[in-house]
Amino acid sequence: MSGDREKIFQAVREALAPLKERAPRPDYDPGLVSTVKAGEDLRKRFAERWRAVNGVLVDSPAALKAWLLEHGHRRGYCDPVLMEAVGKRLGPEIDVLDTFERARPDDYAFGITRASHAVAETGTVVLEDRTTSARLAALAPWVHVSVFPAGALLPDLQAAAARLGDDPNVIWVTGPSKTADVEGILIEGVHGPGVEVVLLLDDAAFPS
Amino acid sequence: MAAKEQPIDKYSRELDAEVRHAVHDNSAAGTDKRREILWGDYPAPDALRHVAGQLKQHVVENLDRYLEQAEDSLRKRGVQVHWAADGEAANRAVLDILRARGAKRLVKAKSMVSEETELADYLAKNGVDCLETDLGEFIVQVDGDHPSHIVKPIIHKNRRQIARTFEREGLGDYNDDPEVITRRARVYLRKKYFEADAGLTGANFVVADSGRIVLVTNEGNSRFCLAPTPVHIAMVGIEKLVPRDADLPLMLNLLARSATGQRLTVYTEFISGRRAAEQPDGPEEMHVIFLDNGRSEVLASDCRSILRCIRCGACLNVCPVYRQASGHAYRSVYPGPVGAVLSPLLAGKRFPELADLPKASSLCGACNEVCPVDIPIPDLLLRLRDRAKREGIASPGTPPMGLWASMATSPGLWRAALGAGKAMDLIPKSWIPVGAFQAWHASRDLPPWGGGRFRRWLKRRRAEQAATKEPS
Repeated sequence: MSGDREKIFQAVREALAPLKERAPRPDYDPGLVSTVKAGEDLRKRFAERWRAVNGVLVDSPAALKAWLLEHGHRRGYCDPVLMEAVGKRLGPEIDVLDTFERARPDDYAFGITRASHAVAETGTVVLEDRTTSARLAALAPWVHVSVFPAGALLPDLQAAAARLGDDPNVIWVTGPSKTADVEGILIEGVHGPGVEVVLLLDDAAFPS
Repeated sequence: MAAKEQPIDKYSRELDAEVRHAVHDNSAAGTDKRREILWGDYPAPDALRHVAGQLKQHVVENLDRYLEQAEDSLRKRGVQVHWAADGEAANRAVLDILRARGAKRLVKAKSMVSEETELADYLAKNGVDCLETDLGEFIVQVDGDHPSHIVKPIIHKNRRQIARTFEREGLGDYNDDPEVITRRARVYLRKKYFEADAGLTGANFVVADSGRIVLVTNEGNSRFCLAPTPVHIAMVGIEKLVPRDADLPLMLNLLARSATGQRLTVYTEFISGRRAAEQPDGPEEMHVIFLDNGRSEVLASDCRSILRCIRCGACLNVCPVYRQASGHAYRSVYPGPVGAVLSPLLAGKRFPELADLPKASSLCGACNEVCPVDIPIPDLLLRLRDRAKREGIASPGTPPMGLWASMATSPGLWRAALGAGKAMDLIPKSWIPVGAFQAWHASRDLPPWGGGRFRRWLKRRRAEQAATKEPS
């Protein structure tokens, strides 16, 4: 198909050749789209927006444990890096495993993984491939728990876009998986998690 | 009148009333949600649309440069880049990649270009099982149907029809609760993800300078197509580029708000190559296939601004014609106002078959007002009408305008007609034997004839000007 490459480039160049001038790149301030004000309380904004997309927010491992027990989730996965800070604090009533076996994805009621950042503007958690211990653990269980320190809160999408860097697979998650395909009715938990939980830790409590 | 009917009128007339209501109400709700969130969050959202339009126009008019840059950036990231001049070449590229891996089962996320190339049928003929995973697209696939909306593929189906489909396909007893339907699809598709040998996606954007593709979904199906699977293939139209990562927030903010009235889609993925070394799940190789399939011809035409389109579907939702006719009436992959421009253009030699679509519009301009990249759709529709006329393409349902045209292009005839029009004030209106006129006249009065007034005024003014100039 190298012939196709030349064919396409030739056709594109010929199509553009008659243009006397080409539209310039608009000189715009990318910050134009930000809806976050300077000095805004990011933690407050994140909490408000995360709840607006039906996200669950807890601020300690004990609170997470209480939430999991309340909803009957007694077995799940935890990123080994978070085992000390989070996983071990959920026992003994909750069974926490540090490997995600892809042959048995439905055996895990929840998956706990790290988020690299979160975006206050939209209530979004940022998962990077290098620090997400297993993509499937953050996707297949009914409950996904993202853990990050308060210091990882970014104000807006502009700041998040600037941090995309060289990670090969960054994903911004804004609430649980959902659809409105059937008669426009909102249903959560289509392919991915039906519940998205954020465990927002103080910077000191997050493993370095 | 039936013989003179335009195809879109026929579709609209034959559309099931229940479907028409569903399409109308769901579209109208989409328009309302878009307006609320856009105007709620931004004091002047039109300024954003204008900038986004300028940015995409800049990309379109510099496509040669940005395609080269994107190819280079993607390759540096280890992505294998392929080029396909037409749909057949794109399908073959997919098949070649799959065969090289011995892959037999493909799971795919929503991709409008794969609809263009009819990828699923092609793969099935070549022994590859290609499964749609977006809930709506999955239902369309098992029904042997076609999507009727860019963002809401089954806007034309109701829950009872879907429940019957699921029953027929052995996905459980009849149950039309949307939650039950969704859970059953979850269970069925989950198994398929884990069995699949490869995942195929489209791309909403390709960033030229950083070499990443951007995917947006709400269901998370594209993420699942790329979690247990060893190969990722992305099929992308050559116009999907944006210059920089810093341009993404503008485009993403507008896309989600315009498409579904959300601030941001649930899953926004930025993918630039195989999985990270530390990551146990995900593709070991990534391919991007850039598809032309008529786009370079559109680029050469005076309708190139349609290539700005980011496929949000807002113009469908707001369009009074789409709301009455639904998507299948457009007889092509892209329905609604954007389809009325893009489909005849992409059809190439088959332009005459779809040349009626640009006329299926009252030119009300609502499509342009909601467009996140400010495409002058009514203007493009007029250009295409003009093209059809020039190419002498027959036009069913258009009243004969020959008499009018010869009158309007001959000053003498025009002047005579203006004078004769005065007769309209004198004859009783009930004498006029035109049904449409009588229907109109039943509740209105024809204003007194004013023809020729402007000419008289102009003549007088010229005479006066000449008179005042003379002394000097």
